[in-house]
Amino acid sequence: MRTKIILLICLVFILIWPAIQLYQHRHFQIPIVAGPGVTRVTKLSHYLPALKGTMADTWIFWLEGQESGGKALILGNSHANEPEGMLAALVVIENGLVERGTLLVIPQFNHSASRATRPGDGYPLYFNIDTKWGKKKFRMGNREASPLDQWPDPDVYLHYPDKQLLSFLDARNVNRTWPGRPKGLLMEQVTYAAMELIRQEKVDLVIDIHGAETMFPVTNCIVAPEKSAKLATMVSLTVKATEKFDNHVEPSPPKFRGLSHREIGDYSDAMPFLLEAPIPFLDQPTGPKTEKFLLDGKDPFLLRLSRKNKLFVPYDETGWPIDKRVGQHLSVTLEILRQYSRRTPERSIIIHNVPRYAEVVEKGVGYYFQDPSQVRRDRIYLN
Amino acid sequence: MAKFIMITYYLLTAFIATLFFWNFWQEKKKIDRQILYLLVLIPLLLRLLRIK
Repeated sequence: MRTKIILLICLVFILIWPAIQLYQHRHFQIPIVAGPGVTRVTKLSHYLPALKGTMADTWIFWLEGQESGGKALILGNSHANEPEGMLAALVVIENGLVERGTLLVIPQFNHSASRATRPGDGYPLYFNIDTKWGKKKFRMGNREASPLDQWPDPDVYLHYPDKQLLSFLDARNVNRTWPGRPKGLLMEQVTYAAMELIRQEKVDLVIDIHGAETMFPVTNCIVAPEKSAKLATMVSLTVKATEKFDNHVEPSPPKFRGLSHREIGDYSDAMPFLLEAPIPFLDQPTGPKTEKFLLDGKDPFLLRLSRKNKLFVPYDETGWPIDKRVGQHLSVTLEILRQYSRRTPERSIIIHNVPRYAEVVEKGVGYYFQDPSQVRRDRIYLN
Repeated sequence: MAKFIMITYYLLTAFIATLFFWNFWQEKKKIDRQILYLLVLIPLLLRLLRIK
């Protein structure tokens, strides 16, 4: 009996130690400052009330211009372990000033995933970005939604409506559940709500911001379906010529279902784009998955692989720092808006005060975040 | 439907956790078995407590 009690005490101790950390991580709130360009803030559940009160509901920041024009939607953290998307979205929210048209920004699209982690891969629970006023702390999320919010996983995920068989894990991957359905799995409800937003608000452009492994061929690129391909090609050529970084165009495969760059275009009038920047942290043959590695992208094993031409992007001792990744995403996003506005002046979207690649690389992404303690409380949204 | 399946899985988890705890409590001699029962119990408890 005594042994049993000692063992039970050990069990409680072993349980409590990680449980406190995981609980704190799931409930940690990131203060998002609504910058001067934000005119209103709503929730995704407005487009599907079933999401209200769930961990999948998330903020939508509206940046509306004085003049009417087109509408663009920016999605960050579709995969919450690719934080450059969220950081780029936050830079737009905190700094952007829209002159014409409307910009809608969802910085934590898979909100549930941002509150989960992948301890099997030794992910850090948080990461910090240096700013002018100190460090801004963020949750490090996972690729899939938390199983606490959508569980159990099926043996095989059957995509709706195409019935394509996908990995069981993709049932919680919001970039495999487009276009979604109102009474489906929680992640299908999230994408359905976003589709309703796109259709009801007559959104012209959807920019879904990601990161991808250096050993994965679809990296450092713009993924575009047929309807967005011309614009994406112009954007790719322009940033290469004027800002000196590569961002090639990858066609969206018509037979691979559930992805934003495929389904949004097929189920609405919007033109979708999926942006990928290399994130060495996601590669498998690397050293420990530390916060430093997440932010600077430097790894000796990847460097050796690079010398053997095993990577799909240039890689040297400078790694792939977060500032470079966010800078690329911002420049490509701004260029998509600019090229679209040139082509369709009646639906143009003109935005100012968002930094481009060179500025972000020079000053660091943290330079563009405001100190929440110096901002009016009603301009802060906890996410 | 998804919610019903989710609740069913929580009930199954609770049932299996109870079985493991019962086996742990009934095991009188082998300490290695007792430790194993408790180790297997950890993920089930984390899920039931809605922590992981």
